[in-house]
Amino acid sequence: MKTDLKLAWRNLWRNKRRTIITIASIFFGVILSTYMTSMQEGSYAKMVENAVRFYSGHIQVQNEDFWENKTINNTFVETDSMKAKIASVSGIQLVVPRLESFALASSKQLTKGAMVLGVDPEKEDHLTEISKKMVRGKYLKKGSDGILMGETLAKYLQVDVGDTLVLLGQGYHGINAAGLFPIRGIFKHPSPTLDRQLIYMDLATAQDFYSADHLLTSLAMLVNEADEVPYIVNELKAKIHSPYRIMSWDEMQPELVQQINGDRDSGAIMKVILFLVIGFGILGTIIMMVAERRREFGVMVSVGMQKIRLAWMLIYETFIIGLLGILSGSLAALPILYYQYFHPIKLGGQAGQMMVDMGFEPYMYFSLAPKVFTFQVLIIFIIIMVISIYPFASALMLKENKALRA
Amino acid sequence: MSIITIKDLHKVYDGTQVEVHAVNGVTLNIEEGEFSALVGPSGSGKTTLMNMLGGLDRPTSGQVMINGTDLSQLKDSELIDFRLHHIGFVFQSYNLIPVLTALENVEFIMHLQGIPSAERYARAKELLEAVGLGDRLNSRPGQLSGGQQQRVAVARALASKPRYVLADEPTANLDSHSTENLLDIMEELNRKENITFVFSTHDARVVKKAHRVIVLEDGKVISDEVRKKEVVNGPNE
Ligand SMILES: Nc1ncnc2c1ncn2[C@@H]1O[C@H](COP(=O)(O)OP(=O)(O)OP(=O)(O)O)[C@@H](O)[C@H]1O
Ligand SMILES: [Mg+2]
Repeated sequence: MKTDLKLAWRNLWRNKRRTIITIASIFFGVILSTYMTSMQEGSYAKMVENAVRFYSGHIQVQNEDFWENKTINNTFVETDSMKAKIASVSGIQLVVPRLESFALASSKQLTKGAMVLGVDPEKEDHLTEISKKMVRGKYLKKGSDGILMGETLAKYLQVDVGDTLVLLGQGYHGINAAGLFPIRGIFKHPSPTLDRQLIYMDLATAQDFYSADHLLTSLAMLVNEADEVPYIVNELKAKIHSPYRIMSWDEMQPELVQQINGDRDSGAIMKVILFLVIGFGILGTIIMMVAERRREFGVMVSVGMQKIRLAWMLIYETFIIGLLGILSGSLAALPILYYQYFHPIKLGGQAGQMMVDMGFEPYMYFSLAPKVFTFQVLIIFIIIMVISIYPFASALMLKENKALRA
Repeated sequence: MSIITIKDLHKVYDGTQVEVHAVNGVTLNIEEGEFSALVGPSGSGKTTLMNMLGGLDRPTSGQVMINGTDLSQLKDSELIDFRLHHIGFVFQSYNLIPVLTALENVEFIMHLQGIPSAERYARAKELLEAVGLGDRLNSRPGQLSGGQQQRVAVARALASKPRYVLADEPTANLDSHSTENLLDIMEELNRKENITFVFSTHDARVVKKAHRVIVLEDGKVISDEVRKKEVVNGPNE
């Protein structure tokens, strides 16, 4: 094995230039593909972070029926034991209580459906940072009897800070919920959908409005590391059972997951095509390598080398090429990605402005997650494996007497 | 004692237009310790016969027995192992593995046999010294002359301690000095170690050195002449 590896290694450097060109093609392919993947994963991570911060949080605890049937009746009380259970799970940064229900919002002439969100103003602000998105008026204070509303909704209802809004809804167990609420502030929510319907209210005020004392519809959580969400969800699920339900951001926002996966898939197709092109280059090198050494193989088998052993030696050669390409490419990509990770690319012009309008920072972010490196390694490995069938089969099918005459 | 016996050996190639009867009914015994030349014009079937004598090719019909083993009974992989342990080979040219040094080329056979490295090294060195290349152990084939390369090939052929070495036109690419030198080395090994040599050749000077000359024409043995060792060795040396 050791000698066979040595033989394989030396054989590779018989035609230095060809080997180097072949390795270089993998090298540049890996750099390009790693760069692309890092940029993709970086922007997905940013998208998820934004989505999580817009509204849902990473994880929510809800009444088990709430997601399917969002009525004020599917609520729960945040008991001390629940608090303790959540506190015992590590990695959770913030727990935000909410009471969420629909109501009709009316100004003098106009009426529109709205989503009323009763929140703890301070905690909520840590998660969604609505205070930074205020365009008029002031952010809520704890115990306030007023409301905040999205700019689009306010425009539609033709109201502004200082006006009073009538809210009509159904309270807990069918009790009528009706009230007059002074508008304390208007925010511009980066999500147009939410900007059209969101009304913020202090939690106690909302519980009073809906006759739902101490009741919550959800606890939204923010975790330290987004990658840990699945583990934290599992841990929470092990501790918190029916009638509660644990939902992660991806369950709550399947469209976002779909969008990311779709984008990832199209990126993957491009990378596969890139590596197929590179793969054919490698195959060409390997075919030449085998062809010009037929006589030599004939001699080796004639003097007593088993064909299977020769076949393995050729596989070593093929894999060494792949490995050198992968290693050198990944190593070279590392400092580039490192730099980009700390210096994201600023988007100027229209693209940048579009992102600002959507509430995003106008930057292309990069990721250093391990998965950024694994994809191309996997493709190249598969390609190398497929390619090595050729020398392997050539060795096994070698006819020594014919090869000797070559 | 016969080390090789072949009986009514035939080899037919399916040519594109006609069948080629490359070996056409050859029966031969090769005795232990012989130093035999297989001669004949180009296309007479020397290589084809040699390949079957060495288990590199399978006959269309007939039998090859080496040291009591019927080669037709061996599976392909067993045949390769049989060659590794029982037969030494020297080919016409490009015998050696180009990326290995002279020493490593000789060791390669023993490496395939699984012999420990210290023993491998010692024997390879000894063999290369025996063929007069003690000072070129670490040269790669590309750095050696044609004659030197063939000497390395002879050393390699002997690495597995075979009783029997087959050489198909070993001197075809050598000048007369190197030819003489190689033949002398082979003859000495034959004389001192009683190793059986069978070599094919076109070259009259090589034929002269042989103790037995088998002449092939159109795949048939047309003459088989045994000379006394003393006669050949005496006046020439
Ligand atoms: N693989 C093959 N397919 C068809 N015919 C072959 C094949 N190998 C050899 N022959 C034919 O068999 C005959 C004998 O060939 P062989 O190589 O044994 O001759 P040779 O005596 O070694 O010749 P040379 O002195 O030129 O080496 C020739 O007519 C040759 O064309
Ligand atoms: Mg020949």
